[in-house]
Amino acid sequence: MHAMARRAEITLDLRRLVGRWTLRSAGHAGRFTYLFIDMLRGLAEWRIYLPRTFEQATGVGFGSLFIVLLVAGFAGAVTSLQAGYQFTGTLPLYYAGAVISESMILELGPVLTGLILAGRIGARYAAELGTMRVTEQIDALESLGRSPISHLLLPRVLAGLLVVPALTMFANGMGLFVGWITAKQSLGITDADFTYGARFFFRPLDLWYSLIKSYWFAGAVTVIPCYIGYNTQQGAEGVGRAATTAVVAASVSILLLDVVITKLLLGK
Amino acid sequence: MIQLSDIHKRFLDNVVLDGVSLEVRDGETLALLGPSGVGKSVTLKMINGLLRPDAGDVVVDGLHVQRLKRGELSELRSRIGYVFQYGALFDSDTVAENIRLGITDETCYSDDGYCADRVRECLRLVNLAPDVAEKYPAELSGGMKKRVGIARAIAGKPKYLLYDEPTSGLDPVNADVIDGLVERLRDELGVTSVVVSHDVRGSFRVADRVALLWQSKIRAVGTPEQILGSRDAAVLQFLERDLEMSLIQAESVANVRKDGS
Ligand SMILES: Nc1ncnc2c1ncn2[C@@H]1O[C@H](COP(=O)(O)OP(=O)(O)O)[C@@H](O)[C@H]1O
Ligand SMILES: [Mg+2]
Repeated sequence: MHAMARRAEITLDLRRLVGRWTLRSAGHAGRFTYLFIDMLRGLAEWRIYLPRTFEQATGVGFGSLFIVLLVAGFAGAVTSLQAGYQFTGTLPLYYAGAVISESMILELGPVLTGLILAGRIGARYAAELGTMRVTEQIDALESLGRSPISHLLLPRVLAGLLVVPALTMFANGMGLFVGWITAKQSLGITDADFTYGARFFFRPLDLWYSLIKSYWFAGAVTVIPCYIGYNTQQGAEGVGRAATTAVVAASVSILLLDVVITKLLLGK
Repeated sequence: MIQLSDIHKRFLDNVVLDGVSLEVRDGETLALLGPSGVGKSVTLKMINGLLRPDAGDVVVDGLHVQRLKRGELSELRSRIGYVFQYGALFDSDTVAENIRLGITDETCYSDDGYCADRVRECLRLVNLAPDVAEKYPAELSGGMKKRVGIARAIAGKPKYLLYDEPTSGLDPVNADVIDGLVERLRDELGVTSVVVSHDVRGSFRVADRVALLWQSKIRAVGTPEQILGSRDAAVLQFLERDLEMSLIQAESVANVRKDGS
C-alpha cells in the first residue's frame, strides 16, 4: 500500500518534471523562432547593420585566424601520419594524397574550424550580449527607439557568415599543405603521386560541400549564442552560464548538423 | 499625459505591483518615491514598454503602449527619454557616440555637424567637461556615467523624461546640477517628467507632485506640502526613515571632515 503510494508519487513527480521540461523547451523553441523571424525582418535595415558587421567581422576574423590555421595544420599532419601507418604495404601510396585531401576538405576543415569558433565566437557573443542585457544596455537601446536586432544581433550573425566560410577555406588549405609536407617527409611520397591521388578522387562538388557545411556551422556558432546571450538573466552568474551554455549548445549543434548534412549530401 | 490604470505585475511568486494607478499631467514633474525594491523601476519601465504589465493599461500621449506595433512603439520611445539607474552606457562606444545614439531623429542623427554640437551642448547641460566626449564609459566614475546617461536621454529633445534615481550616487554639487536641469527642462521646454527617487529632499524640490509607492500600491499622491502634512502612517514612516538616513549621512560627513582636518 505504502510502496504503491510512493510509486504513484514518484510517477507524478516525474510527470511534472517532464511536463515542465517540455514547457521550457517549447518556450525556447517559440522564442528562438520569433527572434529568427525578427532577424529576417531586420535585414531591411542594412544602413544600420552593415558598418557594424564589418567591424565585427574584422574583430572575429583576424582574432581567430591563427588558432584555426594552427589546429588545421596539426590535423593535416596527423591525418597524414595515420594514413601512412594504415597503408604500409597494402595500398598504393598515391591513395594517401586522396585520403588527406578528402578528409581535410570534407570533414576536418569545416568541423574543426566550427568547433574552435563555437568556443571563440560563441563564448564571445554570448558574454557580450549577456553583459549588455544584465547592465540594461539592451533596454537602453530599445528605450531610444532603436532595434537591438539590427544594432547588435544582425552584425554579429552576418559577420560570422562572412568569416567562418573564409576561415574554413584557409583551414582546408593549411591542412592539405601540412599533410602534404608530412607525407613527403614520413612516407616518402613524391609530389606527382600526391597530386595524382588528390586529383583522382577530387570532385568540384567537394569544395561546395565544404562551403555549405561551413555556412551552416557559421549559423550555429552565431545565432545560438546570440539567442542565449540576448536572453541572459540574473547578473554576472547569468553571463557566465550563458557563455558556457552557448559554447556547448553551438558545439553539439555542429556535430548534429555535420551528420545531417553528410547524410543529405553524400548519403546513398 | 501618462496614465497608468490598475497595473498588476508579478515575477513568478513575487507580486511587485498590485493595482497601481497613476497620472502624470502634461508639463508637470512627478516624483515617484518608495523604499528600494518596491517596484519603482518596474513601474517606470512599463511607461515606455520595456516591461509589460500582467494586467492594466498604460497610455502615453493618447497611445495604448501595449497595443502598439513595433514601429509605432519605436516612434513613441523616441519621444520618451529614459535615464537608467546605473547609466546603462554602451561600453564599446565613446561618450560622444553614446550621446549621439540618443539623437533619435534620423535626419539629425546623420548630420555630423549637428551631432557634434548637440553632444557638446548635452555634456554642458549635465556639467561635464567637453574632453569627456572622447572617453569610454569604463574610464568614467559612477557619477559621471550617470550624467552621461542623462545627457544621452535628453539628446533627442524628448517630450517625456523618465529618470530612474538620477541623483543617487552623485555628490551634492552635481545632484543640484541635475535637479536644476530637471526644473529647467520643465520650465523652458515643457517636458513632462517622472523622477524615481528614494531621496525625499531632492525630489520635493523638483516635483510638482509626489507619489509614494508602498507595498505594491500607490499609498499617497499630492503636492510636496500635502505629503509633508499627511497623517498616513506609511507616509510618516517613510519620511521618518529618510530623515534618519540623512541625519546619519550628515553625521558621517561631519566625522569625515573632522578626521580629515
Ligand atoms: N526582470 C526581473 N525579473 C524578476 N524580478 C524582477 C525583475 N525586475 C525587477 N524584479 C523584482 O521586482 C521588485 C522591484 O524591483 P525594482 O522595481 O527594481 O525596485 P526599485 O523600487 O528599487 O526600483 C524586486 O523584488 C525585484 O527583485
Ligand atoms: Mg530601481
